[in-house]
Amino acid sequence: MERAGIVGVGQTVYERRKEDTFAELVFEASTKALADAGVGIEAIDNIITVSNDFWDGRTISSMAIQDAAGSWDRDISTVEGDGIFGALYGMMRTLSGSFDTTLVVAHVKGSEGNMNMITNSMFDPIYQRHLGPDATSTAALQARVYMEKTGATEKDFAKVSVKNHGNGVKNPFAQIKKKITIKDVMESRKIADPLKLYDCSPISDGAAAIILSTEKGLKRFKKDPVWILGVGHCSDSYNLGYRDLAWPRALDAAAQKAYKMAGIKNPLKDLDVVELYDAYSYMELLWYEGLGLAPRGKGAELIRSGATGMKGELPVNPSGGVLSAHPVLVAGLARLIEATLQVRGEAGTRQIKGAKKALAHGINGPCGQAHGVFVIGA
Amino acid sequence: MEKKKDEKELLTIGSGDLYQPYSWSVGHYGSKFLHELKDHKKLLGIRCPKCNKVYVPPRKVCGKCYVAMDEFVELSDEGEIYACTIIQFGFVDPGTGIQRPVPYGYAFIKLDGADTCLSHFVDSTDPEKFKVGARVKAVFEEKRKGSIVDIKHFTLI
Repeated sequence: MERAGIVGVGQTVYERRKEDTFAELVFEASTKALADAGVGIEAIDNIITVSNDFWDGRTISSMAIQDAAGSWDRDISTVEGDGIFGALYGMMRTLSGSFDTTLVVAHVKGSEGNMNMITNSMFDPIYQRHLGPDATSTAALQARVYMEKTGATEKDFAKVSVKNHGNGVKNPFAQIKKKITIKDVMESRKIADPLKLYDCSPISDGAAAIILSTEKGLKRFKKDPVWILGVGHCSDSYNLGYRDLAWPRALDAAAQKAYKMAGIKNPLKDLDVVELYDAYSYMELLWYEGLGLAPRGKGAELIRSGATGMKGELPVNPSGGVLSAHPVLVAGLARLIEATLQVRGEAGTRQIKGAKKALAHGINGPCGQAHGVFVIGA
Repeated sequence: MEKKKDEKELLTIGSGDLYQPYSWSVGHYGSKFLHELKDHKKLLGIRCPKCNKVYVPPRKVCGKCYVAMDEFVELSDEGEIYACTIIQFGFVDPGTGIQRPVPYGYAFIKLDGADTCLSHFVDSTDPEKFKVGARVKAVFEEKRKGSIVDIKHFTLI
């Protein structure tokens, strides 16, 4: 079967209030990915952009960045959702037989709109929106249910925040580079219990891009590819009231599919590094379970054991994760880029020694409605 | 982009106060639900003919069984808290433009007779009492207009 590999990656630095327009950010990330791949735009057969109309404040937001993405005389299509789904669509286009190479680019300027109002707008306007749910208040509900069902504590959540922020210090692309303690997290400002300020990811601006190629397309590029070994995606109910918030069954389904493709039997042992979407600290524990890294209900035990620290059995989020920079839409693609850098051995001071197989994870929708999982390797 | 030394202050353009008006259809099932709420202070659910799950608010499709539903069932106005949080940051109701005072209680409530949760306000910010598993009852507005906020909030019982 034809394979697809990642041959180029590029990211902007993530910041709260970037001065460049979002089209300029798209141009920056895309040209960095091309430079990384050692090619010009002429090596690209088609393009996928990732954008969202509410975040950009204009309809058909993809139209505004076509030139910046290099689409002149090229086929271009769009994903409205997390960048991991852009990578998924990009992979499909690469393997479709119509194109050998694909550029996938995602952008957001979270600082230009109002996060609470934009994420409130993802909810049903008839029964829910008037009651004020947004990304943070519904995350608080999920964290509460998770605590009730598993016995995880606010201190367990704080451990995730301390670990990931500690890692973020070494990531030149991270927005928040800050060593913090459990006490700092526990004493930070209450947002919506059980969540406190340091349990929450920041509002970020930025863009990221990857270049995908078939085996046939490889001769255009300088670098050895990082191969996509397995991929899976699945979605749960839109209405949060219909879901078991303490069990991410969509992630379980997505991960199992990706593992089967990649021949992964025991993810905790077979993987060398994981980059997952920790929009809020507690999510990391829930995603451990969905990814099969911890048994159901035992996510807190994994963080307590230290196994997911930089020197643990399976480091999770050496980049600092989404807690250290949360460019919505971009963040899942950034996870895939970080995983790629790890497999290449190019992750600088955040490198996990000898990493050969990595997992990247992205989410869409409130409380992780949809999940996308990539397993990649050299 | 590199900032040049002689460059003047970077500018922003605001979106102004205009907004995008929509008129969302509530549908036949939703209209029936909201009429019952308004006229009789009653909460309606709908039962899946295949898995027997009762959804509230009522909707056409059971996602799991992928069959149409049409058996309405009356639910209690009392139930149990499935998830709850005390919100410390304000939000402006997109329907009224009125800012809700903080802190306030927000919860997912499993009404007696339903298998799914309804989200709503709870008039408590006491973490000792406002907890998962606590019993609550709907408090209705005097003047109701056919909206989910015809339920003013739920109260602890």
